[in-house]
Amino acid sequence: MSRPVQFNITPKPIDYNGHISMVGAPEGHTGEGFFATKLSEVVGLARKNSIWPLPFATSCCGIEFMATMGSHYDLARFGSERLAFSPRQCDLIMVMGTIAKKMGPVLKQVYLQMAEPRWVLAVGACASSGGIFDSYSVLQGIDQVIPVDVYVPGCPPRPEAIIDGLIKVQDLVGKESLRRRNSEHYQKLLDSYGIQ
Amino acid sequence: MSLTNEQIQNKLIEKFGDQLTGFTEPYGMLTFEAPKDLNLKVLQFLFDDETLRFRFLTDLQAVHYPDDKQRELAVVYHLHNLEDNVRIRFKVFTDINTPDVYTATQLYASANWMERETYDFYGVNFVGHPNLKRILNVDEMDYFPMRKEFPLEEQTRRDKDDEMFGR
Repeated sequence: MSRPVQFNITPKPIDYNGHISMVGAPEGHTGEGFFATKLSEVVGLARKNSIWPLPFATSCCGIEFMATMGSHYDLARFGSERLAFSPRQCDLIMVMGTIAKKMGPVLKQVYLQMAEPRWVLAVGACASSGGIFDSYSVLQGIDQVIPVDVYVPGCPPRPEAIIDGLIKVQDLVGKESLRRRNSEHYQKLLDSYGIQ
Repeated sequence: MSLTNEQIQNKLIEKFGDQLTGFTEPYGMLTFEAPKDLNLKVLQFLFDDETLRFRFLTDLQAVHYPDDKQRELAVVYHLHNLEDNVRIRFKVFTDINTPDVYTATQLYASANWMERETYDFYGVNFVGHPNLKRILNVDEMDYFPMRKEFPLEEQTRRDKDDEMFGR
């Protein structure tokens, strides 16, 4: 005869207390059976809640990323459920770890294979600025080869910090204008990196 | 009975005479020095001799001594006798302006990449190496990073504050 269950018998009402944020509808005009809003709002909302990242994990920050993708600090609840290891299928490249000068062209090649719109998240001190490795072999920041959107400092950053970086990327994605990728300003930015 | 450093030293002196110098034993490991023309002959002798049998090249690297003129670059070979568990170190000194040393790749296949690394970081030119090019650094690099005259830090950074780093 098995022992009767002693835990979790009477369900308790969960106390949200403002801890859970839900994605609200964008501003717009509601009517009988229709809802009118700006296209950029809807597209931004869709894109920001389903960012598929490409983890370009090179060293210790990659381990922190593995912890972030685990169940305790879940990154998938922000929409990054599918990690694509192919640049053709992802939106965000997360560069985590020390990038050596020999790896720089490889990183640029991976970035070039991504389709617009694409974002870059530099995780950790080594990807942002070379970190403690101020030497002949380490690239002092990936922004010497590709344009970066968000930098996450830390050595290594805690999973909460990586999630914070992703939330900032989500803010950027949600508010981005639909014409940005064709604008002259963006073309000039890419030209300064030598990217067509 | 096991091979002692005395026996190794006696056999080497018997074969090469006084061309081998500087026999010391730091931490129990026999270390000696040879002129750079003889490095292959010494390696071959240590390989072939039936009592010595040093048939495993553990490491091959270089040291830069900027103050010993005419003898700035030392190429160091670490050999290991696997049957008797004896290690030995053997150094060859060369001038920094003509850093040519004969390659050990005919005898030890592992010397191939180790010599490429030594070339990459110190500029030692191994004569007869099949593929002497940079292995760990960027191919376009034109200096040799581990030499002492090369500065430690990256020179293109503009944001490092001199007073915070004690300069």
